[in-house]
Amino acid sequence: MKGQIYFDHAATTAVKPEVIAKMLPYFAVDYANPSSVYSISRTARHAVEESRETIAQCIGADKDEIYFTSGGTEADNWAIRGSAYANKNKGNHIITTEFEHHAVLHTCKQLEKEGFEVTYIKPDSEGIIHTSDIEKAITDKTILITIMFANNEIGTIQPIYEIGKLAKEKGILFHTDAVQAVGAVPINVKEMNIDMLSMSAHKFYGPKGIGALYVRKGVRPQVFMQGGAQEKNRRAGTENVPGIVGFAAALFDACMHTEENALKLGQMRDYLITEVMNKIPYVKLNGHISKRLPNNANFSFEFIEGEALLLSLDLEGIAASSGSACTSGSLDPSHVLLSIGLPHEIAHGSLRITLGDDNTYYQIDYLVEKLITIVDRLRKMSPLYHEN
Amino acid sequence: MEYTKEVMEHFVNPHNVGELENANAVGEVGNAKCGDIMRMSMYIEDGIIKDIRFKTFGCGAAIATSSVATDLVKGKTLEEALMVTNKQVIDMLGGLPDVKIHCSVLAEEAIHAAISNYCETTGIELPGLKKHCDGCCECCKGEE
Ligand SMILES: Cc1ncc(COP(=O)(O)O)c(C=O)c1O
Repeated sequence: MKGQIYFDHAATTAVKPEVIAKMLPYFAVDYANPSSVYSISRTARHAVEESRETIAQCIGADKDEIYFTSGGTEADNWAIRGSAYANKNKGNHIITTEFEHHAVLHTCKQLEKEGFEVTYIKPDSEGIIHTSDIEKAITDKTILITIMFANNEIGTIQPIYEIGKLAKEKGILFHTDAVQAVGAVPINVKEMNIDMLSMSAHKFYGPKGIGALYVRKGVRPQVFMQGGAQEKNRRAGTENVPGIVGFAAALFDACMHTEENALKLGQMRDYLITEVMNKIPYVKLNGHISKRLPNNANFSFEFIEGEALLLSLDLEGIAASSGSACTSGSLDPSHVLLSIGLPHEIAHGSLRITLGDDNTYYQIDYLVEKLITIVDRLRKMSPLYHEN
Repeated sequence: MEYTKEVMEHFVNPHNVGELENANAVGEVGNAKCGDIMRMSMYIEDGIIKDIRFKTFGCGAAIATSSVATDLVKGKTLEEALMVTNKQVIDMLGGLPDVKIHCSVLAEEAIHAAISNYCETTGIELPGLKKHCDGCCECCKGEE
């Protein structure tokens, strides 16, 4: 993506050159199937197990609690469906939120069709879930609580420690979709009482199509992918060795620099927010000002529509994202923005900027300068806007 | 989803943007809920659309279809203008992605809404006037 300024790191990230370098040998040199018996497969096996160890350490888990999957979506599906069916004899009630990623939301919707009952907790207007609301929703039939660690659109970070404590007290399984949080904020599954946690490598400068589900020892979601004996018989399929190696290398780097990156990106993000709020009228910041991922800013520009905004930014070489209906191909704007109570017309005018390693203050200034002109142009075209 | 060169041209440099000061026909269709509102103002004299402007809240396709629609009816008689269809708007744009067809429907409706407004205030009766958007987004889906 030469010549592009990339502000969409929540969608995906570029794989770091060091990560690619670590992956490369496993494509055509040490390519053996890690499950084979001959000696050359040992290199691959060793790489997989070493990676598992690294990943476990980064989230405070044990090595044998990490199960590789094809990404965040599969980890979410497995954790939720697998736990629902494994605990069907105990109850049929699941608690989640209105603003989960579709990987969680659609899985829950499907389970409803299959006879499970799901409570969708509404976040407050700042995008935070209240533990007391979860507590109120618990019944004697509740078998699973699944709450995202950090929201992918507005970046808000949920009170995971409190929720984990509550789940433990009540003896209910707790899964968290931490796809956006892993590598960006410190996570310790033991301290936070997390039973299952989903992660995905492409969100922290690792490759796409590889992720993992952390499953606490003793927790046994039903097997989701039937086949060979890989992953201790719990997730079949020949391991994506280069992917796993890249996943571990990228996560290790992110975990070694979590604080430093958070500080750097957070300052840049705060600068962006201040600039936008000061220089453009009728703009709202979506999501809690401080309880959010360090790299996330989500704005709503009144009187204009998000897709037109994205197209205009793209013409200036800027890549960003929006919760507008037009960008989703549906008629409704983002369920996340609606869940925090934004009216449709404000939700249509949203812009998500997610910063990363490659961004600079110069790029932020360029973005703000372009935004001022674009927002003004689109507003002058809008029947909702009346200048005075 | 990708837009044609023509859509991008009309999006970047839309024709007839704004509000006519001396308008005697104004129509607004769509709603903010769906993310598209089109407002057209016309100056009609001797049964001819002498001038036209639009204002649109919406995506790239909504802005481009508004622009093309105003081009298509400018200088036309009311009867001719009512014969302009969303299909013509799509053709002028070299095609639209399926999910954006409703924008062209809305543009056609906006013309009808403005002319309808003119007919109401002047008491003229015209055949071929369509009813305009009732806020039912699903109704526009897939129409061609
Ligand atoms: C919160 C969240 N969950 C799940 C996913 C899905 O992850 P993947 O793309 O690895 O399937 C994403 C990313 O798109 C996400 O942001």
